[in-house]
Amino acid sequence: MAHMERPISPHLQVYRWQIQMVTSILHRATGVALSFGTLLVAAALLALAAGEADFATLRAFCANPFGQLLLLGWSWALFYHLCNGIRHLLQDIGMGFRIEQFVRSSWLSVIGSVVLTVLVWGYVLMNGVAG
Amino acid sequence: MKYARMGSEMRTPLARARGLGSAKDGASHWWVQRLTAAALVVLGLWFVCLVLSLLHADYASARAALARPWNAVLMIAFTAAMFWHAQLGLQVVIEDYVHTRWREIALLVLVKFLAVLGALACALAVLRVALGS
Repeated sequence: MAHMERPISPHLQVYRWQIQMVTSILHRATGVALSFGTLLVAAALLALAAGEADFATLRAFCANPFGQLLLLGWSWALFYHLCNGIRHLLQDIGMGFRIEQFVRSSWLSVIGSVVLTVLVWGYVLMNGVAG
Repeated sequence: MKYARMGSEMRTPLARARGLGSAKDGASHWWVQRLTAAALVVLGLWFVCLVLSLLHADYASARAALARPWNAVLMIAFTAAMFWHAQLGLQVVIEDYVHTRWREIALLVLVKFLAVLGALACALAVLRVALGS
């Protein structure tokens, strides 16, 4: 009995992809990514406290293409986790549980995060970065 | 309180008196995760605005900006909430995906230690800038 082949619960690959699934997975993925991003915040503060040379090193790191890519990804992850986090907080107080509301708020999180990212980087590009 | 009343019919009187449930620590993990999330909505937006305002700042003016009392206080609040929230979130991910018990415990402890170290290091860095040493 114990070794009988039992049906296992369906896993990711058997589901048709839908937006609610994407937002749920992305929330966890961006959360883990942002946890590593905390190191960047800590590094910036420590560099600022340490002195001008360390601060210049940090600036140079953020200004090179790899650093810029990292910052772009970090900012999108932050905005996505922020938008979807607000969505989850609203759901926690009992709002938006009808299926169509659920789908709509999922799209709002994704679109909102992209809009915020574009706005911030648009601002950065228009104002230029100090060397 | 609505919050306390909600689950009352679902639990035995003893379970309710203990207030712990199957997680063994009650709803405190869940609640603190939401509390730090709400704080981070405000503090996160403030942080983004601060960073954007410092785009053109050289070292001295970046330091001066962080040294302003409100900015220093909010930065310590932001980094504390950030590391706390990250630790709570990573804990759930580790509990979900790491199935070897000793690895799970080791990772949970490691993440907790690193989060506390990170929060302390950030607080000290901000204080050094704010107090000018």
